[in-house]
Amino acid sequence: MRVVIAEDLALLRDGLTRLLEAFDFGVVEAVGNGPALLPALLKHRPDVAVVDVRLPPTFTDEGLQAAIDARTEVPGLPVLVLSQHVEPLYARELLTGSGGGVGYLLKDRVANVAQFVDAVRRVADGGTAMDPEVVSQLLARREPLAALTAREREVLAEMAEGRSNGAIAAKLFITEKAISKHITNIFTKLAMPPSDDDNRRVLAVLAYLNA
Amino acid sequence: MKPMGIETWVRNGLRAVGLGWAGIALSVLNLPLLVLWIVALALTPAAGIGMVALPFATSLVRARADLARRLAAGWCVTIERPYAPRPKGSLPVGWRRYKWILTDPATWRDLAWLLPGAIIGIALGAVSIAIPLYGLEGVTLLPLWLYLGVDWYGYGLFWPIGSFSQGVLSFPQGVLFLMTGLIAAPQLRRVEALFAWTLLAPTKNAQLRLRVAQLTETRSDTVDAQAAELRRIERDLHDGAQARLVSLGMTIGLAEELLDRDPEMVRKLLAEARETSGSALVELRDLVRGIHPPVLAERGLDGAVRALALSLPMPISVDIELPGRPETPVESAAYFATAEALTNVVRHSGANTAAVSIRHTDALLTMVILDDGRGGADPSAGTGLSGVRRRLAVFDGTMSLSSPPGGPTVVTMELPCALSSPKTSPFSGTG
Repeated sequence: MRVVIAEDLALLRDGLTRLLEAFDFGVVEAVGNGPALLPALLKHRPDVAVVDVRLPPTFTDEGLQAAIDARTEVPGLPVLVLSQHVEPLYARELLTGSGGGVGYLLKDRVANVAQFVDAVRRVADGGTAMDPEVVSQLLARREPLAALTAREREVLAEMAEGRSNGAIAAKLFITEKAISKHITNIFTKLAMPPSDDDNRRVLAVLAYLNA
Repeated sequence: MKPMGIETWVRNGLRAVGLGWAGIALSVLNLPLLVLWIVALALTPAAGIGMVALPFATSLVRARADLARRLAAGWCVTIERPYAPRPKGSLPVGWRRYKWILTDPATWRDLAWLLPGAIIGIALGAVSIAIPLYGLEGVTLLPLWLYLGVDWYGYGLFWPIGSFSQGVLSFPQGVLFLMTGLIAAPQLRRVEALFAWTLLAPTKNAQLRLRVAQLTETRSDTVDAQAAELRRIERDLHDGAQARLVSLGMTIGLAEELLDRDPEMVRKLLAEARETSGSALVELRDLVRGIHPPVLAERGLDGAVRALALSLPMPISVDIELPGRPETPVESAAYFATAEALTNVVRHSGANTAAVSIRHTDALLTMVILDDGRGGADPSAGTGLSGVRRRLAVFDGTMSLSSPPGGPTVVTMELPCALSSPKTSPFSGTG
């Protein structure tokens, strides 16, 4: 699987490269600044890009902007955005008009290598990986969620992070059938149209939470 | 000047006439005040009496001058208090107080104003009363003359009144005088206020001194606040991330030692080390957010306030139009002030919704936060709003609060500043 990395700190750039190569990803280019990112993405059309939000020369949100621009030119180009902090605002921008293949995670998550690699693979496959921090910030502010049971909220959070029914079942130690029942309840209580597709499900949840 | 309705116009005129009376009454006080002060000064050699009498007389004179300043404000003439601030050190008493008063030019300017101010006050007051009164005479002359047969010698243009038609003409003349009087009275008040301004307003020197006093105060506030902030950051780092890094080093060192003997233990230790590094990151992130939120650096005030609104547990409508970004310190102050105001809404207002609006016009950044809560917010009650005020004062910004019981509460904050054109416009692309 071919990867483009954009990260300005050499230490982290090399670390990411080493980590991904250890899991059989091929890092085709690792750039260290914003202006180089978009051409690299358009040239290599990687299977997935791992991008830091803040890059030189302005150290604002150049990585994010380049990722959004690249996805405008190449719809569905899988991008996993990493940052020292997460903002629901950025998550919304990444997801707007997207056809999936989007991830947005705290850099801390890289420390859990297995989960991180799983997230990269999920995004490359056109899935979604939302940081639990974004999801919990969104869950905290929605009053209609009061109608949900504690278990349903757990399932909703997992769903919003981008996990499949199987993965949620494994994580919460309940059967997949119980999960689908919870999800049907959630969709009913929140008056959302049910959907089978994992990714569209995430988008529906986030769109609802962000409304 | 704004066009005004006939009613406001009449009311304004009547108010000015009424205040003309008050002006005369107050002006009459000026002479005794002046005499009192001079006597007090003359009593200086009799140390015991002069030391007490002069400050007392001065405070009376200043009270009178303050009243004139307040009245002037009613006619759109702003006169600031010019008096020298209290000298540094302990409360000035005795000779030091005496010196403080006598060396303040504002004291002498007040005294110089007393007499001419009184003459102008009485003269203008008399004129502003006399014209409408004469008008009133003209209006009432005709019926009195016709029905009661009261004899009038003359009025207005006609001395003596020689015919019936001349008598009837006194009515329109009276109306004319009345109207003129009501138009003139506010203008005369303004003239009096402008004269007061020439002597009662701070001189260039006094203005500078006031400004210095204000800057000294805000600077010391800023320094205090910054020192406290640094102490907090130091403590947070010391007890938080730093301690965790130490423990991280120890855990990894132990793992290194155990690598050959107990691989299972090493696995546990490494998992623990990862956990610790995660907690350190969380703490650092929270700390950074409190110092300068990353989203503020990345997106400026606009994005940061939007992100903040998304993170608060109530729907907040955001309306921001900024063509550029202010200087970083100003931007930061504006952000934290807005954040504090919004946090107050969430904590105390009991509101269901709130709205933020931020605009930049005429070199002034205006932030308005509105909520539909219970109102009755008291800026002196909590430390939150006074903190906001201090934060803004550093940049000559102001905050005003309107919060009638039952709401709505409106917090308006203003910061004078220029905007720089944006470095990169959002979504402009880089390729």
